[in-house]
Amino acid sequence: MTFDFDFALQVLPDLVRGFAITIQATVGGSVLALALGLAFALANRSENRLLRVCSGSASEFLRRTPLLVQLFFIFYVLPDVGIVIPPIWAGILALGLHSSAYMSEVYRAGIEAVPKGQWEAALALNYHPVQTWRRVILPQAIPPMVPALGNYVVLMFKETALLAVITVPEAMNTARDIGNSTYQYTEPVTVVGILYLLISIPVVLALRFIERRVHQEAA
Amino acid sequence: MTGKTNLSIKAVGGTGSSQVAEFPYRETRLAQSADKQVEFRSIEKRYGHHQVLSDLSLSIKRGEKLSLIGPSGSGKTTVLRILMTLETIQGGSIWIDGKPLWHEERNGQLVKASQQHLRRQRAKIGMVFQHFNLFPHMTALENISQPQRIVLGRPRVEADVQALELLDMVGLRERAHHYPAQLSGGQKQRVAIARALAMKPEIMLFDEITSALDPELVEEVLNVLREIGRTSDMTMLLVTHEMTFAKEFSDRVLFMDGGRIVEEGEPDQLFSAPTQDRTRSFLRKIIAAGQRI
Repeated sequence: MTFDFDFALQVLPDLVRGFAITIQATVGGSVLALALGLAFALANRSENRLLRVCSGSASEFLRRTPLLVQLFFIFYVLPDVGIVIPPIWAGILALGLHSSAYMSEVYRAGIEAVPKGQWEAALALNYHPVQTWRRVILPQAIPPMVPALGNYVVLMFKETALLAVITVPEAMNTARDIGNSTYQYTEPVTVVGILYLLISIPVVLALRFIERRVHQEAA
Repeated sequence: MTGKTNLSIKAVGGTGSSQVAEFPYRETRLAQSADKQVEFRSIEKRYGHHQVLSDLSLSIKRGEKLSLIGPSGSGKTTVLRILMTLETIQGGSIWIDGKPLWHEERNGQLVKASQQHLRRQRAKIGMVFQHFNLFPHMTALENISQPQRIVLGRPRVEADVQALELLDMVGLRERAHHYPAQLSGGQKQRVAIARALAMKPEIMLFDEITSALDPELVEEVLNVLREIGRTSDMTMLLVTHEMTFAKEFSDRVLFMDGGRIVEEGEPDQLFSAPTQDRTRSFLRKIIAAGQRI
């Protein structure tokens, strides 16, 4: 097996374009997952039993079924009932839903780590419940969660490769197309792997740095 | 206080079976005496099967300085916590300024209090905790200023000025921009006192506020309390293990044991000539532990 550098350079622009879509999907999925995960976590603590049961079973369902099945369901099954979602949006939706269920557990742990005395002080000062969440609980709960939430974002970043199966032209799909038409898989797939590393290594290092900072502040 | 009602609810204590959730209550007319600011009527409080307060009744006059003493587990902290609405009650009722705390009047009936009613009543009460409970992500100044802004709607400048004045009073003006983690226990507690005072409560609750402090830091916090007692006419309820301070500071002392008030009286009388065996035995233990009374 030889590695043709010229060919690698030649396909690089296409792969980078594909990679832009990978990043779009990651960003979109992360925003959705971060927001929905918090919503799940808050709903799980609600005084309304129905809301608790609904959000609990939804997040359980999302964690107990494979992402690939969820992707297929959203892209290939929903159209049968008249819901047609463009590939990239279906991908973002599936990634976001799937991760949100995991992220809600991170939020839950972070919220529970805030001492009871903080809730009591806020109540004694007559904070409205919304103010208590916004001003007292979440500002203390979220910083320690950043590394764990970040890890789920990195995980999602890698899982975007699955979007190839629902025809999203992200990096992996582009590499496969190039391979299919030129019968040269080595270069495009290697380049895609390197592109993934180029992004994920700095992100992981940054997360470790944040984690150390958070621990230092806690100490 | 205006808007005093003469409504009362039938005492539900004693049997221990009544729940706050049982509504509506049958009402009886009962005159409120004008100088009674807080009234506990036949309070029942349980955690599961553990009875914390049994048939506890207590009246507190406006401006009164009242100390609650007693062995740990006697229920004295619970008295403060249910007044602050940090704990619910299983029976009885609490009245502030002639209005019930956990209930409100609607069409001549007493019904379970709405959140708005609870917030209105809660606004009259401030509390200082054993473990300070300062907000760790805010400076001392912000801890005192933010509640005024977001709860009372004061403009930032006014809230900050008020916060700085209070920090001055507790001797911590130069620490205004320090975070709680950068303050000693005594300093944290003084900030916490300033934070509670900034909300201009009519009733202040102090829950063992020196118990978590190193001995050499106790006095600086008690000095702040003395200053407040001297300069303000707030009603003050104090749960404390500092008998010397309780004696010097209070108008009245309650001795609690096993969820009941065993004995009450003026400090001189209660500390020097207690009438109940349990009070005597408690005070003997305190003296044996090295406190002077």
